[in-house]
Amino acid sequence: MNAPGPPLLELSGVSKSFPGVMALRDVHLELAAGQVTALLGENGAGKSTLVKILTGIEAPDAGRISVAGQPVRFASPRDAWAAGITAIHQETIMFDELSVAENVFMGHMQVRGSRLVDWAAMRRRTAEILRELEADFGPDVKLKRLGVAQKHLVEVARALSHDGRIVIMDEPTAALSSREVDDLFRIIARLKAQGRAILFISHKFEEVFRIADRWVCLRDGRHVGVGAIGEVSAGELVRLMVGRPVADVFPKRAVPIGAPVLQVEDLANATEFADLAFTLHAGEILGFYGLVGSGRSEAMQALFGLSQPQRGTVRVRGRAVRIRSPAQAIAAGLAYVPEDRQTQGAVLPFGIRENTTLASLVRHCNGAFLSRERELATTREMGRRFAVKAHNWEQPLRELSGGNQQKIVLGKWIATRPAILILDEPTKGIDIGSKAAVHALIGELAAVGLGIILVSSELPEVMGMSDTILVMHEGRIARRFRRGEATAEAIVVAATGTAQSAAA
Amino acid sequence: MNAPPPVVAERYRVADRAPHRPADLLLRWESVLVLLLAAAIVVNTLISPHFLNVYNLSDATADFSEQAIIALPMALLILVREIDLSVSAIIALASLAIGLCSRAGEPAWLLVAAALAVGALCGAVNGALVAVVRLPSIVVTIGTMSLFRGIAQVALGDKAITGYSNAFQSIGQGAVLDWPPLPASFVLFLLLSLVFGIALHRTRYGRALYAIGSNPVAARFSGLPVDRARFLLFVLSGLLSGLAGALLTARIGSTRPNIALGWELTVVTMVVLGGFSIAGGEGTIPGLVLAVFLLGTVTWGLSLVNIPAVEISVLVGALMIVAIALPILLRRLTRHWRPETAAPLRSRSIGNDDVPVSNRDFPDPEGASTRDQ
Amino acid sequence: MSLAARLRSREGALALIIAVLAGAVALRAPTFLSPHNILVVLTDTSFLFILALGQTGVLLTRGIDLSVAANLALTGMIVALTAHALPGMPIVAVIALALLVGLGLGLINGFVVAAIGVPPIVTTLGTLTIYRGTIFAIAGGRWLTQSDMSAAFLGFPKATVLGVPALLWVAVIVAAAMTVFLTGTRTGRAIYAVGGNPVAAHYCGIRIARVQVLVYAISGALAGLCGYLWVARYGIAYVEIAIGYELTVIAACVIGGVSIAGGAGSVAGALLGALFLGVIVDALPVIDVSPFWQTALSGAVILAAIVVNARADRAGGKIILPEARRALRAGAR
Repeated sequence: MNAPGPPLLELSGVSKSFPGVMALRDVHLELAAGQVTALLGENGAGKSTLVKILTGIEAPDAGRISVAGQPVRFASPRDAWAAGITAIHQETIMFDELSVAENVFMGHMQVRGSRLVDWAAMRRRTAEILRELEADFGPDVKLKRLGVAQKHLVEVARALSHDGRIVIMDEPTAALSSREVDDLFRIIARLKAQGRAILFISHKFEEVFRIADRWVCLRDGRHVGVGAIGEVSAGELVRLMVGRPVADVFPKRAVPIGAPVLQVEDLANATEFADLAFTLHAGEILGFYGLVGSGRSEAMQALFGLSQPQRGTVRVRGRAVRIRSPAQAIAAGLAYVPEDRQTQGAVLPFGIRENTTLASLVRHCNGAFLSRERELATTREMGRRFAVKAHNWEQPLRELSGGNQQKIVLGKWIATRPAILILDEPTKGIDIGSKAAVHALIGELAAVGLGIILVSSELPEVMGMSDTILVMHEGRIARRFRRGEATAEAIVVAATGTAQSAAA
Repeated sequence: MNAPPPVVAERYRVADRAPHRPADLLLRWESVLVLLLAAAIVVNTLISPHFLNVYNLSDATADFSEQAIIALPMALLILVREIDLSVSAIIALASLAIGLCSRAGEPAWLLVAAALAVGALCGAVNGALVAVVRLPSIVVTIGTMSLFRGIAQVALGDKAITGYSNAFQSIGQGAVLDWPPLPASFVLFLLLSLVFGIALHRTRYGRALYAIGSNPVAARFSGLPVDRARFLLFVLSGLLSGLAGALLTARIGSTRPNIALGWELTVVTMVVLGGFSIAGGEGTIPGLVLAVFLLGTVTWGLSLVNIPAVEISVLVGALMIVAIALPILLRRLTRHWRPETAAPLRSRSIGNDDVPVSNRDFPDPEGASTRDQ
Repeated sequence: MSLAARLRSREGALALIIAVLAGAVALRAPTFLSPHNILVVLTDTSFLFILALGQTGVLLTRGIDLSVAANLALTGMIVALTAHALPGMPIVAVIALALLVGLGLGLINGFVVAAIGVPPIVTTLGTLTIYRGTIFAIAGGRWLTQSDMSAAFLGFPKATVLGVPALLWVAVIVAAAMTVFLTGTRTGRAIYAVGGNPVAAHYCGIRIARVQVLVYAISGALAGLCGYLWVARYGIAYVEIAIGYELTVIAACVIGGVSIAGGAGSVAGALLGALFLGVIVDALPVIDVSPFWQTALSGAVILAAIVVNARADRAGGKIILPEARRALRAGAR
C-alpha cells in the first residue's frame, strides 16, 4: 500500500440543511493522494449531498474545504472542476443527442488557437481513453445508441479525460457486469498509482474490501467512523451504517402461502426482457433481484399495462387477462408502486388526501362528484395504518420527507384494494426509520394475504424479505432460489452473469 | 423475532384541514385579480361618466365574450400542459361552414350545428395528433392553424360571404333579456363558466386533470386515462371554438378569411392572466373569469378615452409578463425570510414552485423540501 | 459519410424531397430551375433563412421566440424613421442600428426568461404584443413608403455582388457564421447541452442563464437586421409588416428537424426547412395554383414533417436483451 501522503482534499465541519432536513452535520473527510477512500452509508445518509458539495453543485451552510492545503470555495461546478475534482455521478447525466467524444468533453472542450473547438484532438483523446477502458464503441457514436453499461463507461471516460487529482465515483459499478467491474478496478488501481485521490461510493462490501484503502462512514448526515480497511469487518461497517443490529432491519413474519394469485408465462418484448415465467401466491413475497438495467422494472411495467409485451400469458387468480392499460391492471387487482417516487409515484403539489385517493377516485365519488368525507375516511385509515407524519391531510407531498411520501404512495395503492402488489425499490432513498416501517408494512400486507412482488437492488432486503428470489440478468431470469437456499455470493454471481461468461 | 422498530408504534396527530391563515387568502392569485378589477372599475368610473351605463357595459361584453368562451377549454388544455393555437383558425373554418350552409339556404339552427360539428372535427384532428401520434401540441396546432385557415382562404379567396338571415344574425346581435340587456354570448360564457367551474373543482374528472397537469407520469401510473383526456380536451376546444365562430359570424354578419385573426394570443393571455401556469397543474376557473372581466374592463375603459386598440395591447402584453414575473420575484424575496413557506393552495399563489414550461425538467438542482438526504 | 448514409440522414432526405419537388415544378415550367429563377427563390427566402437560424438557437435551448416578427417590424420602423430624420446616414450605420435595436429587444426576452424565469412562450407572446403596439405608439399609425426613404437606404438589399443580391449575401454570411458558432465553438456546443439535458449541463459547469440570454440576443439581433432589410426591400414600413411570420419561421425550423423539445437540430436542417417553404411559395404561381393555397400547404407540410420526424425519433424500449444489443450493433455498422 502507498504511504499516506498529505491530505489532497480536506473537509472539516461541513453542514448542509434543506428545508425540513439536516442533510449533513459537521462532517469531516480527508482524501489522501494515491489512496482509495470508501464512503459508506445507507441511502439517505448524506452521501449524495456530500458529493454535490464536493462538485460545487450545492454550497455548504458551514464548514471548510481545502484542496492540497489551500482553502477553496466552490461557487459553481466549474470551480470544483478547476480545483481538480471530477465526479462520476450516480445517475447518468449525459446528452443523448451528442456524440461520445462530446459527452466526454462537455464543459471543458479543447480549443485551438483560433478558439474553435479542436474536434480531431478530442476524438483522438476520447478514442485513447475508450481503448484503455476496452470499450466496444468509438468516439463518434451518438450516446442514445448506447446501452446502460456503455453509457456508464462514457461517464468514466469523462472523469478520466480531466486531469483531476481527485476522482469521486458515486456507485460506479451499479450497472456494470462483473467483467466490467474488473476493468474499472484496474483503472482505479492505475489512477491510484498516478497519485490521485479517489472517493469510492458503493453499497457492495465485497467491492469496498477489494479496492479501498480507507473507509469513512456516514449515518443520518453525521460522521460516525473512519479507519483503515484492513482493520474493520463487514459486520462492524453494517452496524455503523445502520446504527442497530442487522437482524432488526428486515422483519419477516412466517405467513402461510395461499393459492396462486398471479401466473406469468413466457412474457417477453422486443428488446427489454424475454422468457419470464413465474407464479405468485397469496401471502408470498417474491423477490426480484438484479443489477440496475437488468429489465426488472421494464417487466413489471409491462405487467401493469404501462407498455405492451409482445407475447406471454398472464393469469390473475386463475383467469387469463389481457392488460393494456394501468386502469385495466387496477381493475384486475394489480397495484404497482414505481421505483421513482418523485416522478412516477407521487403528485408532489397534491395534498395527502388527493394523493391517497388518486388511483381509486371512482370509489370516492357520488356519481361524478367527489366526496370529501369518503376521501378523508380513506386518508385517515391509510395514514394511521402507515403512521404518516404530517400536520394535516391537505399538506402537499412536496413538504414531506421521502419516507412519508413513500408511505402515502403505498397507501394510494392499498386503497385500490389489490390482490397483487408490485413494489419497485420501495425503500430507495428513504431514511432508515421509514425503511424499517416500510419493511414492517410489507410483512403485514403479506400476512393479510396479498401476493407481493418485491423488486430490489438491495441484497439484504431481498434476502431478508422474500419467500422466493428470482435473479434477473440481461432481461432474463438467471436463477431462482427458495428462501434459505440463497447465499449472497450465489445471487451476485447470477445477477452479474459471471457463471455465464465463465461457461461461454 | 424482535419487536418491530419503534417508529411503527408511534402515531401522529394529523388535522383534517389545513390551518386557516388570512395571509394565504391574500396571497391567492384570485385575490390579486379582485383587487386589480376593483381598481380598474374605480379608475374607469372616474375617467369616464359613460362607463357605468348598463347599455354601454353590455355592449362591451360582446367584444370579449366569444374569446372568453374559448378561454375555458384553453384553460383546461394549459392545465394539462397542452396548448391550442389553432382556435382562431377553427373559427375561420366554422364560419366558412356556416357561410356554405347559409348559401345553401339552410335554417339558422343548422348553421350553428355545422359550426359546432366542424369545430369538433378540427379539435379531433388536433387531439389525434397530440394524444395518439404523440406530437407536441404547440407544433401540431401551429401546423393545423395554417392548415385550417389555409382551407378557409382557398375556399373564400379574397371574397367574403355575407347576407345571413335575420334569424341567424339575431343569435349574435340580440339580447337574451330586455333588462339587463345581456348578449347571448355573454350569458353563454357565464353558464359555461359555471359548468366548467363545477366540473373542474368538484368532480373526479377535474381532479384527474389537475393530476395530469401536475405529474402526467404519476397520473398515468395511477390508472388515469391521460391520453383520452388530452384528446377530449382538444375536441372540446374545437367545439367551443366552433360555437364562438357561430356567435362571431352572427354578430358581424359576414365570413372573411381573416376572421378572428390573432385571437389565439388574446385567449392564451386571458388564461395565463387567470392564474393558469404554462407548466401545468395550476389555476382555477374563478381566476379565469376574473381575468376575463379585468381584461374586458381595462380594454373597454381605455377605448372610452379613445386610446387605440394597438396601444392597449402593449398594456395587455406587459400585464401578462408582469403577472407571471411578479410572483416569481416575490417568492425569491420571501424565500430569504421564510425558507419553509407552505403554500397549500392549488391556484397560483406566491410561494408555489412553477417551473417554466420549456424548462420543465430543469435543475431545481434537486426538489426543494422533498429531498431525502 | 457515404452518399447513401447522407441521404438517409434527415437533412439528406429533406434535400432530396426539395430537389424532387423543384424538379416536378420544372416539368411544368422549365424556367423554374433556370439559374436566374433559382437565385430569385433563394433571395426571396433569405429572410426565412436568417430568422430560422436565429430561432434554431433558441429552440435548441428548449426555448421559443414568438417575438421575432414583431421585433422585425419594430426595428424596421425605428430604422426607417431614423434614416428619414437623418438622410445622410451611411448604410453601415443603418445596419448597425438595426442590429443594435434588434439585439436590445432580444435581450429583453433573454433577461425575462433567464433572469426572472418566466416561461419563454409567455415571455415572447407578451413581448410580441408589446413590440407591435410600440410601433403604433412611435409611428402613430403612419406608413413610411419609398418616398420617405433614400435611394441608398432602399438600394442596399438589391445591390448585387458577383451577380448575387446583398440580401442573399447577408443570409449566406449569417449561415456561415451560425455554422461555425454552433458546431465549432464551446458556447455553441453548450447551447446543445443546455437543451439536451439542463441538469447535466449544470453539472458540467455550463452557465445556463448566460446561454439562454445569448440565444435570445442572437435571435433578436438577426430579427433586427431583417427588419431593415425587409423595410428596404419592400419599400414600406407600417405596424403590420411580417405579421404572423414568427409561425412560418418556427415551421421552417420544425420541418428542418430542429426539435421543439431542445437539444437536437442543425444549421443545414433549418436552412433546408426554410428553403422547402420558399420553394413552395415561389412554385405556386409558376404552376398556376392560386396563392391562397400557400397557407394550407405550409400547414400540411408542417404536420407531415413533425409526423415523419417523430417516427424517426420514436424510442423503442431500452436495449437490455443481449440479442437486441447485438442486433443494434449489427445495424449500426
